[in-house]
Amino acid sequence: MKKQKAFETFIHGIFLILGLITVGCVLLITLYLVVAGIPAIRKIGIWDFLFGKEWASTANEPKFGILPFILTSVYGTAGAILIGVPIGFLTSVYLAKLAPAKIRTIVSGAVSLLAGIPSVVYGLVGMMVLVPGIRSLFHIPDGASLFAAIIVLSIMILPSIVNVSITALEAVPKEYEDASLALGAAPVETYFKVSVPAAKSGIAAAVVLGVGRAIGEAMAVMMVSGNAPNLPELFGSVRFLTTAVASEMSYSSGLQRQALFSIALVLFLFIMLINAALNFFLKRGKE
Amino acid sequence: MSGNRKIKIALLRALCIISAAFTCALVLFLLAYILAKGIPNISWELLSTKPSYLSGKIGILPDILNTVYIIVGTLVFVLPLGVGAAVYLTEYAKNKRIVAVIEYAAETLSGIPSIIYGLVGMLFFCQFLNMQTSLLAGALTLVIMNLPTVMRTTQESLKTVPQSYREGAFGLGAGKWRTIRTVVLPGCIDGVITGCILSVGRILGESAALLFTAGFAHALNGFFEGLGSAGATLTVSLYVYAKEQGEFGVAFAIAAILMVLTLFVNLLAALVGRWFKRRQKL
Repeated sequence: MKKQKAFETFIHGIFLILGLITVGCVLLITLYLVVAGIPAIRKIGIWDFLFGKEWASTANEPKFGILPFILTSVYGTAGAILIGVPIGFLTSVYLAKLAPAKIRTIVSGAVSLLAGIPSVVYGLVGMMVLVPGIRSLFHIPDGASLFAAIIVLSIMILPSIVNVSITALEAVPKEYEDASLALGAAPVETYFKVSVPAAKSGIAAAVVLGVGRAIGEAMAVMMVSGNAPNLPELFGSVRFLTTAVASEMSYSSGLQRQALFSIALVLFLFIMLINAALNFFLKRGKE
Repeated sequence: MSGNRKIKIALLRALCIISAAFTCALVLFLLAYILAKGIPNISWELLSTKPSYLSGKIGILPDILNTVYIIVGTLVFVLPLGVGAAVYLTEYAKNKRIVAVIEYAAETLSGIPSIIYGLVGMLFFCQFLNMQTSLLAGALTLVIMNLPTVMRTTQESLKTVPQSYREGAFGLGAGKWRTIRTVVLPGCIDGVITGCILSVGRILGESAALLFTAGFAHALNGFFEGLGSAGATLTVSLYVYAKEQGEFGVAFAIAAILMVLTLFVNLLAALVGRWFKRRQKL
């Protein structure tokens, strides 16, 4: 019996360790980013690093200002949200409330396919369709721009927004809608004036999730944004926080390499903020 | 109903339908465009050879194999870890605070962008653990990435195992571990399979996390040899061919293959999900 008990404790210990591995991973990632990211920030100075307007990492007198990347990431994400959220939101209302069962299955399948398409494939199509399209449509020398990146990002965040909003809309108690219908409101009015406000925390969570996806996307954006470290302009070639890390990593060394880790740290801080917001909205939605 | 109100209702309804139709049209366009551009470029030679500088021909067999190796390598590690963590959370954990911390950690992991995984994977696996740029380092990076997925699907299916099963096993005198091994784990097999399929889908599409951990090489290797050396997966080689070498024909061919695989994975996930749901009702 004693042996049995010791054995059970041992198994319990193993599962405890397995359970704590996720926590260990988060700590590992945080630790590595902080340890690798701090030295360059200290050498460059936090003010010059965050608000410096010029990035010239390989120049004779290198400059490491990442304001262009931060602004590009913020503008790019905002643009993607501006385009993606209305489309995603309306699609989710249609799917959750209006669509007949058969159409719903088909459209949901399409949305989950959209979620599954690899980001390099989005990048490739963006490169071959969007970039030349923008060039000839707006008569600019190169179509690889912030605008192209915004379009690609707004398509890429659609599935997250649609799926999370649908879950939120479906969780609205049927009594709310019944009450509104009984008072004489039309179905569509009920969905927009009763269901949507009741699901607003979940929809907010969907938007925040979209922000997280957009700000973290690297490969697709790298292929369509032109990748020059300029301050953001809608039709100018730009570089995001993610692409700044990815584009120079393979040939970087010394302070330049350390500065790339610092950029990753800044990106990580953005993501942690977004995660906290996401949790806040999801929790409030459950209450 | 006043005319104004009617118009407003019709307008909102139309907007919803237009948005949904737009989403569908987008998917159809992407699918048709990629398949139309890619399939003519797929040939047996492309699929069955490796790139040769001598003849200037490109083959993607190494990339296909590397993708398979990385998928197998990742699953081998992520399944025991993810299932174990889920079992701990649903069967063992009594302390609410530990559960909250683990779940928060899992949520955090699923929000971290893949480029950051790539960076940390490079620092930790390739440099600190001295694995160099290798498929194994890439696979281990993806293990961390997919851990929350496997954990969540397993946890959900563990919750559907009726409490009475466990009580029955305990009543017959089985210990906790025996109960878990013989009653609980067989009951969560559907969650594990769903987690597997979702992970495969994610690994297929992953590129940013693999760029600096698994590298770009196109060498033809066996499984164990392959895990120890650098290699590009399909997505990474698509990126390299399109962005750095301007080989758009090959890039579209790979894109078409990836699209078909994604379609297949999605269908499989839907079918399996439906099948498990029906089985649960019985």
